[in-house]
Amino acid sequence: MADEEEAELSEKQKKEIAKWFLLNSPPGEIQFVAKDVKAVINDDVLYGEAASEAFPLYNKSHLISIEMPGRIGDVIVTSYGELGETEFIDPRTAQVAVVDHIKQVCTEVRPAQDEELPSAYVEEFRCALDAEILKYVGEAYLKGVCSVYCGNGKDVEGPGFDFELVVVISAARHSPQNFCNGSWRSVWSIEFKDEIQMLELKGKLQVGAHYFEEGNVQLDAKHECKDTTIFQSSEDSAIAISNIIRQHETEYLTSLEASYSNLPDTTFKDLRRKLPVTRTLFPWQNTLQFSLTRDITKELGIGK
Amino acid sequence: MEAAMGLMRRMPPKHTETSLSALLSLLPQHSSDLLSQVDQPLQVLCDMEYGKEFILCEYNRDADSYRSPWSNKYHPPLEDGSLPSLELRKLEVEANDIFAIYRDQYYEGGISSVYMWEDDNEGFVGCFLIKKDGSKTGQGRRGYLQEGAWDAIHVIEVGPEEEGTAHYRLTSTVMLSLTTDNESSGTFSLSGSIRRQMNMHLSTEEGHLCNMGRMIEEMESKLRNSLDQVYFGKTKEMVCTLRPPSEVVMRLPDS
Repeated sequence: MADEEEAELSEKQKKEIAKWFLLNSPPGEIQFVAKDVKAVINDDVLYGEAASEAFPLYNKSHLISIEMPGRIGDVIVTSYGELGETEFIDPRTAQVAVVDHIKQVCTEVRPAQDEELPSAYVEEFRCALDAEILKYVGEAYLKGVCSVYCGNGKDVEGPGFDFELVVVISAARHSPQNFCNGSWRSVWSIEFKDEIQMLELKGKLQVGAHYFEEGNVQLDAKHECKDTTIFQSSEDSAIAISNIIRQHETEYLTSLEASYSNLPDTTFKDLRRKLPVTRTLFPWQNTLQFSLTRDITKELGIGK
Repeated sequence: MEAAMGLMRRMPPKHTETSLSALLSLLPQHSSDLLSQVDQPLQVLCDMEYGKEFILCEYNRDADSYRSPWSNKYHPPLEDGSLPSLELRKLEVEANDIFAIYRDQYYEGGISSVYMWEDDNEGFVGCFLIKKDGSKTGQGRRGYLQEGAWDAIHVIEVGPEEEGTAHYRLTSTVMLSLTTDNESSGTFSLSGSIRRQMNMHLSTEEGHLCNMGRMIEEMESKLRNSLDQVYFGKTKEMVCTLRPPSEVVMRLPDS
């Protein structure tokens, strides 16, 4: 019936639109969005192509965590652990998870090969930091998942060279029955600068939430921060790094709470006041009088 | 159509325009349904004759032109564009004047427009629109917002007068987005839209405007309140579930 009009949109454009919807899904909602996109696109082949391109991007940007078979823990889908399109390493267990991006499940695991793992020297720092971060995430997040990757210099064999570790923390909560979903994502890169014997930390924090009972309200908050500390032994560095991360993330949570508590009386007021400037309800019954006053102000030229 | 509305419930409210235009291009056969069921951020034109801005919506549109509530003329000019009856136009002029004062008292700025038209069952319909840019570069008095937009659409159907009373059915939508941005806390952005209905049977003794105005005022306060308390509150609750504020117990003695 509307075939002619539909033909105006090229297949490529349709696919791009499908991808746009999928990528803009709120935390934990891509499967629901996918169902609707599939119905709206009404072309399984085209939808399939869009999904196969969009899901991996969404999974990686949302740092989704997937349970590995055999109760060995969760693997985080992140570019820092990406070995191939569907392979993600879990450094803690030295396992590589094969992931089905669209179903968001892990289909199998295999042990990582030696060349996929960092050198013993780097691993010592990574492992120590992982233990501290695991402790911190267990204390600070209700259901957080974390992993420490080697970002750069994984083959550095000993002192004298720089390397980089990346801490990824992901906490998600999905309760569609309460019409609410949310996620907290942190990525901290730590550069171990050998020459100046300093560690440089850069954090990217992102928090999202969606509440959609009879409405649609979304929070999107981002923050970046930096810090430095001195290069110490693997254990001492790990403690110093996790303390810095704890401090910044706690401060960030406090500032988020402050942003919320500023809403009613300051921020929101710039959109609409709770009460009129007169602090009483608008006198609709006296509107005639109002129009007269307005005419007078107009005549006297004192209006706006 | 159901899937399309499902998507609109999930896409970020600040991307409503993009989502809607994507759906319109995918589902041209549903365009009128989509346009009537999905509210989108309000657009504005300037009535040069009066030097005042007015708000565009489906209700003041005829072909590709929009009628200004100030001059009662279509922009761009349109011959034979539909106009309200003389009597209703009188009420529309009055409503625009009064609603502008109301808007100024609650919004300390912003733009408002009221449109009225006869409906099929001897009553009439009024559409009250408010658009406010609360950003610090716009009309935010306090300068807290990097970006801040409030769009309110109130469509009120007034039934025929019977024995000094009339039935009023109000459908209101508020769309808003606000972003704060500073060094220490990064960008903090909330956006949302909600729609509610209210039905009332009222005496027309004080006039239609009075009744419509009171209903809109009550509704706007309710919507503002539930966005602030319930909707924003729920997203905050979510954040605190993800990462419970650890010092809650230690902070208690302070309060």
